[in-house]
Amino acid sequence: MMEEKIQTHKNGTPKRVVIDIKNLKKSFGKLEVLKDVNLQVYEGENLVVLGKSGTGKSVLIKCIVGLMDFDDGNISVFEEHIKDMNPEALSNLRRRTGFLFQSGALYDSMNVKQNLEFPLLRSPTKFSQEEIDKKTNEALSHVGLEKAILQMPSQLSGGQRKRISLARTIVTNPEIMLYDEPTTGLDPVTSDEISGLIRDVQRQYKTSSIIITHDINCVRSVADRIVMLKDGIVYKEGDLASFESSDDQEIKSFFK
Amino acid sequence: MSTKSTKLADIFINLHEKIRSALLDVSNVFLFILNIVKQTFSKGFEFKEFFYQCFQIGYKTLPLVSITGMIMGLVLTIQSRPVLVDFGAVTMLPGMVTVSLIREMGPVITALICAGKIGSGIGAELGAMKVTEQIDAMEVSSTNPMRYLVVTRVLATTLMIPILVLYADIMGILGSWAGANIKGDVTIVLFFAQAFASIEFIDFLPAVTKTFFFGAVIGIVGCYKGYYASGGTSSVGVAANSAVVLSSLLVIIVDVIAVQITDMML
Ligand SMILES: Nc1ncnc2c1ncn2[C@@H]1O[C@H](COP(=O)(O)OP(=O)(O)O)[C@@H](O)[C@H]1O
Ligand SMILES: [Mg+2]
Repeated sequence: MMEEKIQTHKNGTPKRVVIDIKNLKKSFGKLEVLKDVNLQVYEGENLVVLGKSGTGKSVLIKCIVGLMDFDDGNISVFEEHIKDMNPEALSNLRRRTGFLFQSGALYDSMNVKQNLEFPLLRSPTKFSQEEIDKKTNEALSHVGLEKAILQMPSQLSGGQRKRISLARTIVTNPEIMLYDEPTTGLDPVTSDEISGLIRDVQRQYKTSSIIITHDINCVRSVADRIVMLKDGIVYKEGDLASFESSDDQEIKSFFK
Repeated sequence: MSTKSTKLADIFINLHEKIRSALLDVSNVFLFILNIVKQTFSKGFEFKEFFYQCFQIGYKTLPLVSITGMIMGLVLTIQSRPVLVDFGAVTMLPGMVTVSLIREMGPVITALICAGKIGSGIGAELGAMKVTEQIDAMEVSSTNPMRYLVVTRVLATTLMIPILVLYADIMGILGSWAGANIKGDVTIVLFFAQAFASIEFIDFLPAVTKTFFFGAVIGIVGCYKGYYASGGTSSVGVAANSAVVLSSLLVIIVDVIAVQITDMML
């Protein structure tokens, strides 16, 4: 069992826990993917989740927003158990959360502008068209792709798609960001740009984030803290330096 | 000897697995339909998406349905004409062709064509949305994908297939008139008058009723196959393909049942 460490501000007051995962279990049939996962995300931090392919990283963050049910354990976000949430509360939580999907998940049948407008139009808060235009333009300029506004997703490159999906997730000013392998499949230069954007988002929107990745350059540039998943549990938790200096063979293979 | 018995055992295990998965499929489809019904009547109906889907379905299939409708009428006419001439009953031609068009040919052939065109389209579209996580993305944007994607499409096919069938019937009668004019000379007004004089309400009602079921079958199967596509991009093709196969088969089964019921009622 891992010792729970409370993070503190510089002046010693404890930081607020935004996402608290306790004894999380999830199986698919006979396949036990998550056996006993415990982790916390503190306010304002970037938590990197490392792990080999198929260790259940995507499953973990899908459980956090209720896209997947879990079998046992507890997840609370903003001090509320997500198992106890009614549909309204869950939808409210999802509005405060941005989810960057691994595949980008841009709506193929809509152009970039319509993609960005979608979350705003579906929100129970009604925005005027000017507000919507303002928010979409802001988000697009944040990712540096104002010129793509009328293009279809199929006309964009892989890196551009990722940036547009990032713009779509920040258009609603989320407080939590969940990134599923944001740089996988991109060239090194584009990967660095995305890593930079993740830092920008953290600074500008004051988000608390989970970043799933096995791109070590991305880890180095975005991580405030790292957990490594293995065999359905948190195998190691610590800061970048403790991972870099680890003698463990598993960890070394990531930090080559 | 022993290999023979293991082979036999294999066959039974295989059969058992097949039956099990088929039953599981049936129960999943049943739950899927219940969910569709529930979502249809819960508040927040997606009118805009529904009308857009209706338009799409009509717009995509209109040329295809026009041509097949015409050809159906034309071929039926050319084939029946010599027989009717032999019996000296050529004046019955419009009526006969119209009745078989409206009762059977129009609904079944149009539904099969729509199963191919619309069913595969829905299967592929939802399948692609599923495997590229677009459905998940919708769900985290306060949108119920069942209501937004599935209910709208199922209702759109249920409404549009009957309309397309009626349209195909009319095109068929037009085609039949064209066929009749190859060897003979009938005005279009006279031809349509004869055609409609021969239809009775009792021909019409069961024929129209079953087309709603055809539409529902095409929508539900397409959505089900797409919505539960899993795995890589190849599953999109699988979803589209199996949507066409299953919905075509079900259209024919529904038709057989409808014919039996109509027969019993008369
Ligand atoms: N919907 C599902 N149904 C069945 N198995 C699943 C499902 N989603 C994920 N899995 C399985 O769970 C395991 C972990 O998946 P995932 O979280 O996607 O891994 P990763 O850590 O690479 O993101 C994999 O073995 C995968 O096959
Ligand atoms: Mg993953």
